[in-house]
Amino acid sequence: MSIQGRKVTLHDMCLRDGMHPKRHQISLDEMRSIGRALDEAGVPLIEVTHGDGLGGRSINYGFPCNSDEEYLKAVVGVVKNAKVSALLLPGIGTVDHLKMARDCGIGTIRVATHCTEADVSEQHIGMGAQMGLDTVGFLMMAHMISPEELLVQAKLMESYGANGIYCTDSAGFMLPADVTARIALLRSELKPATELGFHGHHNMAMGIANSVAAVEAGANRIDGSVAGLGAGAGNTPLEVFVAVLNRMGAEHGVDLFKIMDVAEDLVVPMMDHPVRIDRDALTLGYAGVYSSFLLFAQRAAKKYGISSRDILVEMGKRKTVGGQEDMIEDVALDMARAKG
Amino acid sequence: MSKKIKAAIIGPGNIGTDLLMKARRSEWIEPVWMVGVEPDSPGLARAREMGLKTTSEGVDGLVATMKADGVQICFDATSAYVHASNSAKVTAQGALMIDLTPAAIGPYCIPPVNLKDHVGKREMNVNMVTCGGQATIPMVYAVSRVQKVAYGEIVATVSSKSVGPGTRKNIDEFTRTTAGAVERVGGAAEGKAIIVINPAEPPLIMRNTIHCLTEEEPDQEAITRSVHEMVAEVQKYVPGYTLKNGPVFDGKRITVWMEVAGLGDFLPRYAGNLDIMTAAALRTAEMFAEEMAAGRLVL
Repeated sequence: MSIQGRKVTLHDMCLRDGMHPKRHQISLDEMRSIGRALDEAGVPLIEVTHGDGLGGRSINYGFPCNSDEEYLKAVVGVVKNAKVSALLLPGIGTVDHLKMARDCGIGTIRVATHCTEADVSEQHIGMGAQMGLDTVGFLMMAHMISPEELLVQAKLMESYGANGIYCTDSAGFMLPADVTARIALLRSELKPATELGFHGHHNMAMGIANSVAAVEAGANRIDGSVAGLGAGAGNTPLEVFVAVLNRMGAEHGVDLFKIMDVAEDLVVPMMDHPVRIDRDALTLGYAGVYSSFLLFAQRAAKKYGISSRDILVEMGKRKTVGGQEDMIEDVALDMARAKG
Repeated sequence: MSKKIKAAIIGPGNIGTDLLMKARRSEWIEPVWMVGVEPDSPGLARAREMGLKTTSEGVDGLVATMKADGVQICFDATSAYVHASNSAKVTAQGALMIDLTPAAIGPYCIPPVNLKDHVGKREMNVNMVTCGGQATIPMVYAVSRVQKVAYGEIVATVSSKSVGPGTRKNIDEFTRTTAGAVERVGGAAEGKAIIVINPAEPPLIMRNTIHCLTEEEPDQEAITRSVHEMVAEVQKYVPGYTLKNGPVFDGKRITVWMEVAGLGDFLPRYAGNLDIMTAAALRTAEMFAEEMAAGRLVL
């Protein structure tokens, strides 16, 4: 299907999802220089917060080097045209965090729940809409349920006031046909004014293909991350997706060479390790496990002398969902005991 | 003459009915009234079958005769929105109120931590915090009673089926109230609470992870002993309260992994998060009742 002339809003994740591979240690200076460069490259939306969203600061997910407030103010202060977004997971962050982020000057709030639990987002989506923010419902681990079940949850978020709904492939498990089925059904059943988005992880190298499938099926908002900096094998690499959209004739407003340079000159040098499809990241995608479990599993594996791949497979068997990082060390302790 | 103290349960839903089934086994509490608002409520019908007096006219239907019926303790298993009015009516009749809603008019009560203090102070309304609070704050306290805790964090993971519409509509109330009680009752200088809802089938049994950061190097031996003693204390009223892993020490971090299986009275076994609320509420009532029976507490 041709997407010639279609308008796509690109949303960069490297200062939020990218916090995962950075163990939430991106500095304020790095936030500012990358934020400024993304803005200059024409990226319209930049997400900033702890990797697990507002209020993610914790033992369970990691203590960042600065507060959400400091990060948001830093990036809002340097962008000229881009808008800044924040992520909020009810159960971790609260409406108090949302108010703080609004006061920092965000333009978009994305309220994320596990794909079956949309009804915990009512108060947060409602408040975001009431504040006049671009308010997006973000349904995570969307591979775990059928398109029909996903639609029920999407309708709930739409009814609370979300003007956009995301199909989120948190595990990097989906193949293009899975994306097509979900986005196409949402497109045909949600209000025409409700925007649709797709957030991919590159664990099966499907980030680009899935994002193209999403646009073809009716999505107009796509998440990517410069140099792919994100959890697991990273997000859809934004500069690559820009090149693909250029070839396909879609309109997005981002300068390809500038975004390539942001990736190469700023983001890659900042990486603590190559964000790539190693065997653990591939296991996440293959077994359908939440991408930010990656480093936790690797650390627990090292500490207890077991295989990180085995830990991730077990996390999949236990049907864990996003946020259950605490179970990784628990699983590792069980495995180490069984091993004797 | 029976030493048992007569009690009324307000709210004939799942929680109220589970509480009723537990209270019927109690040595100290005799449930005599079930209060609802729907004449056709199956919960009221069940209570009637078990021999309780019932009303579908709310607390107003109870207060008229509660003194004559000797009701001295009421449990509120309704919602935060109506609790204040329920509590005022009941305490005006001289009865004690045990609040299972998130209203938190009265002080937080985590039985193995501070129930004795409340009994000593003759509190007329005590609040049972949240399910996550009941399941985790004993562990925070088990560390803080050994040495200063700079930061306490709890992660409660519950099955999707065990989280009702009230909690879902106001999930911030859970995180705020639990975090506050981690500080005020658990003894952590700073508290944080996280709740994760998992839809897996079959439903997972409630899991809780408790992390503490101590100010000084942790006394591993004393903390380990304190944790095990506290587990045994909670097991007295929640037998399915199980230490799965830990305490693990990592620098100043101490982590404990718990599982809470319910008794399966009326609520399913996996819903340990709901069971621990009803069990803790009953435990609270029993302690007040013991004091009343011994003549030490006169309402």
